[in-house]
Amino acid sequence: MSSTMMIGQYIPGSSVVHRLDPRTKIAIIFFFVVIVFFANSVMSYGLLTLFAVGSAFATRIKVRYILKGLKPVWFLIAFTFLLHLFVTREGEVIATVLGWDLYREAVIQGATISLRFFLLIMVTSLLTLTTTPIEITDAIEHLLGPLKKVRFPVHELALMMSISLRFIPTLMQETEKISKAQASRGVDFRTGSFKDRIKAIIPLLVPLFVSAFKRAEELAMAMEARGYKGGEGRTKLRELQVGRMDYMISGLFLLLAIGLFFTRN
Amino acid sequence: MDITFKNVSYTYQPNSPFEYKALHDLSFHIDSGSFVAIIGHTGSGKSTLIQHLNGLVQPTEGSVTIGPYQLLADEKNKKLRELREKVGVVFQYPEHQLFEETVEKDIAFGPANFGVNETEIDNRTKEAIKAVRLDESMLARSPFDLSGGQMRRVAIAGVLAMNPEVLVLDEPTAGLDPRGQKEIMNMFSRLHQEKQLTTVLVTHSMEDALAYADHVIILNHGEVYQEGAPIELFKQKESLQAVQLDVPEVIEFITKVSDKFDVHHSYHGQSITELAKELAQLVKGGHDHE
Repeated sequence: MSSTMMIGQYIPGSSVVHRLDPRTKIAIIFFFVVIVFFANSVMSYGLLTLFAVGSAFATRIKVRYILKGLKPVWFLIAFTFLLHLFVTREGEVIATVLGWDLYREAVIQGATISLRFFLLIMVTSLLTLTTTPIEITDAIEHLLGPLKKVRFPVHELALMMSISLRFIPTLMQETEKISKAQASRGVDFRTGSFKDRIKAIIPLLVPLFVSAFKRAEELAMAMEARGYKGGEGRTKLRELQVGRMDYMISGLFLLLAIGLFFTRN
Repeated sequence: MDITFKNVSYTYQPNSPFEYKALHDLSFHIDSGSFVAIIGHTGSGKSTLIQHLNGLVQPTEGSVTIGPYQLLADEKNKKLRELREKVGVVFQYPEHQLFEETVEKDIAFGPANFGVNETEIDNRTKEAIKAVRLDESMLARSPFDLSGGQMRRVAIAGVLAMNPEVLVLDEPTAGLDPRGQKEIMNMFSRLHQEKQLTTVLVTHSMEDALAYADHVIILNHGEVYQEGAPIELFKQKESLQAVQLDVPEVIEFITKVSDKFDVHHSYHGQSITELAKELAQLVKGGHDHE
């Protein structure tokens, strides 16, 4: 078990957001990402924020935890804001701080771009917080379905995705296990010169690769033994189903999109 | 080295939805030079416990004392390196940690990290390969060309070459054939005596705990459930079954025979085959009298 968490690691639950069809969630997020760039007034930004915050509450995941998950991106958001503050030179000067002129446009642009950024990351992390990786891959396979007509290997792509997602925790566990074993043999991963630390990674990487290749081989063999031969005619264990809730939420989102266009300048 | 756990608790990922308390207020003492078995079913906190023994994890609460070294809840120990040299840990499936081009280099890896000089490393490598009953000609081969059992022995040799005073073994026989299991356990038992090690064995096998340990600690849900001499603990069938553990076969059989035929036979370290011979003798003896 690792003490570090990933951004948007799935948290089991039974909220409305958890139960939505993953395709609905992906579609809504896709369009949300698009319409975020159309907002240009206080009201329109307010609507988008309301939607994002509302969905966050609807997941019933602790707010503190959602924000903690965004920790690595706070820096990026703050950096974006500061960059705009110092680089944009439009509008009138509203204040002078330590001999540096602050322009009105700089503040407005900095704030809006950071807000956009925040909304995008927050909404996408809600997807991964409430949807298992398998559901996401299933949904993507479905949504990309039409591409099969042009011989695009949708099924193979989805399979690759789900296999790699499936093995992320396994590899992380393996990494932790081996690094502990090597630390017990006196490897120091944390201190020493840059060169020493690079050298310390070798005893970790070699066993990791050896076991990853072994695992891949075993998996391929197990799949063949169970008669896997690609996506043609293959049925699904979990059929995705669009329910009433999906239509209602999509309708709500459509209203939001329409509202957004009315509140633009 | 004496090992003392005092009110030790350990929590994984504190303050997150994945928070998990693996050890609760754990206190026990291990005498220097003793052979201690730690048993408990899956998830009872065995693996977490042994990671405290060489400072891989720090207790969330309480203190761990290993000889002159102490691990406290909120203080970084600056002598972790020394501690890790003195406490050798053989993890589960230790063959997964092999990485060097030759067996010799892999065994030398530990001592080299701790700054042992080359002639000494050379001596230790040869001694370690002998201790695990592998031929010296193996030293020049790649560890990845060996069989699973041989790889396991090489990995164990790598830990032995550090010349630890405390040897921690996390299910060292998992996945080996019965003969390999016996050989490995006998080897540890011999090393324990020859080098006066303090040995901590984590195991699922009641038979091993009974045969090799002189003290047993049973863990359940991160707490000490019972501890004491193996022969005493293993007589209490009900209390063992309450934590999903079984009485060792030999003891179970002796109890049944004693109850059914009203004979008084006792356990004194015999294996199933030896017991069978003893009972055969008993039955024959009975015939002689009639």
